[in-house]
Amino acid sequence: MLAYIFRRILIMIPTLFVISIITFIVIQLPPGDYLTTYIANLQMTGEVTDEAVIESLRARYGLDKPLPVQYWKWISGVVQGDFGQSFSYNKPVKELIWERLGLTMTISLITMLCTWIIAIPIGIYSATHQYKFFDYLFTFLGFIGMSAPGFMLALVMLYISYSVFGTSVGGLFSDAFIDAPWTWAKVVDLLRHIWVPVAVLAVGGTAGLIREVRANLLDQLEMPYVITARAKGLSEWRLLIKYPVRIAVNPIVSTIGWMLPGLLSGSVIVDIVLSLPTSGPLLLNALQDQDMYLAGSFVMLLSTLTVIGTLLSDLLLAWVDPRIRFERQAS
Amino acid sequence: MNDALMKRKTSEERKYLAGQWRLMWWKFLDHRLAVAAMCVLFFMYLMAVFCEIAAPNGPNVRSAENSFQPPERIRVFHEGRPHRPFVYGRTVHINPETLVRTYTDDTTRLLPVRFWVKGDPYRLWGMIPMQRHIIGLDSGDRLYLMGADRLGRDLFSRIAYGSRISLSLGLVGVFLSLVLGIIIGGISGYYGGVMDILIQRFIEILRSFPTIPLWLALSAAMPAQWSQVRVYFCMTIILALIGWTGVARVVRGKILSLREEDYAVAAKVAGVREFTIILKHLIPGFASHLIVTVTLAIPGMILAETSLSFLRLGLRPPTISWGVLLQDAQNVRALSLYPWLMWPVAFVIVTVLMFNFLGDGLRDAADPYSH
Repeated sequence: MLAYIFRRILIMIPTLFVISIITFIVIQLPPGDYLTTYIANLQMTGEVTDEAVIESLRARYGLDKPLPVQYWKWISGVVQGDFGQSFSYNKPVKELIWERLGLTMTISLITMLCTWIIAIPIGIYSATHQYKFFDYLFTFLGFIGMSAPGFMLALVMLYISYSVFGTSVGGLFSDAFIDAPWTWAKVVDLLRHIWVPVAVLAVGGTAGLIREVRANLLDQLEMPYVITARAKGLSEWRLLIKYPVRIAVNPIVSTIGWMLPGLLSGSVIVDIVLSLPTSGPLLLNALQDQDMYLAGSFVMLLSTLTVIGTLLSDLLLAWVDPRIRFERQAS
Repeated sequence: MNDALMKRKTSEERKYLAGQWRLMWWKFLDHRLAVAAMCVLFFMYLMAVFCEIAAPNGPNVRSAENSFQPPERIRVFHEGRPHRPFVYGRTVHINPETLVRTYTDDTTRLLPVRFWVKGDPYRLWGMIPMQRHIIGLDSGDRLYLMGADRLGRDLFSRIAYGSRISLSLGLVGVFLSLVLGIIIGGISGYYGGVMDILIQRFIEILRSFPTIPLWLALSAAMPAQWSQVRVYFCMTIILALIGWTGVARVVRGKILSLREEDYAVAAKVAGVREFTIILKHLIPGFASHLIVTVTLAIPGMILAETSLSFLRLGLRPPTISWGVLLQDAQNVRALSLYPWLMWPVAFVIVTVLMFNFLGDGLRDAADPYSH
């Protein structure tokens, strides 16, 4: 097992290296660099651009150097935890991103928990009551949930809350807490607001998971061992929980890996619609302003989280299912 | 010999003699929901192809006096008695303080709804000059089936025009990812070895990218002065860049299992070129699975276009797509006053839902020999 973990972590390094290169290329794609935008803005407002200041800025960020040098400067900083300077906020990137990334992760993790808590019981119910009214209802709702994109649900949610309650559900904090330091009251305030994005984000995943649990459990319920157990007089409830459900819930473990990236990725747009102080809106702004270090750090960190998520689920799977462990060792 | 037995015998015979695709078709027809979904999608795409005729009004015809006109209901009863289809005329009241316009039905003015009526002139597919619309009012009046936007443009007409871009973008994107996926997946599966390992690693890396941030970054990289046609094709390429990995995986997996089959080996011994073997002998063996993968990939692409345009990173006005139309729905205050601005959402969700149903039915039909 240790060797397997070691090998998986080793594979991560080239993956992250290639990701960092792609990120850098993507961020460099727009014509011109931040400074050209900056100069254009200054000229629009009628300010005189000082050649000397611009030259010093260019030298400081290495914008006059060839691309590989710029990449090297950037990536060696990132590895040491220095993400560079955000041009538009005039602050180090690391001061801007951690709180926002933290909130994004909090929302994603809570969403994931909610998804399981809702989806597993409903999936079990649907499978044991196949083709009954509620099974059809859940199947139907599930399909709609899978088809409705998060940002549209967010729009509908905004509309309903605004027209029914007269308030906007956007944001994560009440006005009084937006810039306040973290206190217990602020956490409570956060919890009062966080259910909206969590609800919106959970819909898609829940719908998918219900269908998966239902299909797996239906397969298991036909197995001879279930009939044997029933013939031996095991109570229906214990029979269900003890064997088939455990197998049916297995895919949850295997999907943690891509559920997290899916959530992170989906939350970007939902958060923009709900104007949450998370990474999504800041990433969008950074991309629009060509604030390359800020945007690059976000894409890089979100990708890293994705890779870590995949790693975790692979390890969990290997831990749960010995076949994977041995197959990998053999090859 | 009675008739019923004869009938059964012939139907069984039919089943034994039927080819693979015919069997799939029969199995697909058993899936009622999928068939219904196919019909809905057929009409959607029909609307996209003939959007100029389907739309009651020109998509860019402004009319200030109809700004934010709510949706009109086509009625067939007037004062309790059946009547030919009509809509009520409307009178507008403008609140002097808030400038909010409220429209009320004027039940004395009946505007008959006409079919195949002359309205705003247009060029069908940009070529044939025409004036007829499937549905509309007599000239001088405008039919607002789903309300009007700020400039008094008819939302339904704009949705119809938008469907041409939104629905086709998914197809073009999927076609590109199909081509890429077959080529790369085919190479990976048929040759194996180092090539295979490299391609598989690359796919893994691409898949570990969070898609939406990557799409955002790539779309933000498109210069603002690009023409909309160019933006359109770049968007399909951006979407296909990630989409092909799914196809490539299916192709590789299937080719790995099929290339050792006797008929593939026989073709090789007979001296058929490898490329021909892949294309002519191996791919038809799992074409049905490919169709399923592709069908289930289309809704993702449609959603991606909508999201990107919604965030103003994709297509921009004056181009009309469902995502562009939704830009108007970004403002909560406007939304609460004019909720019909959310109609494009309904079209997107229905389209995606139908593609999911269709894909579900196709997946069941893809393997007609099971059960």
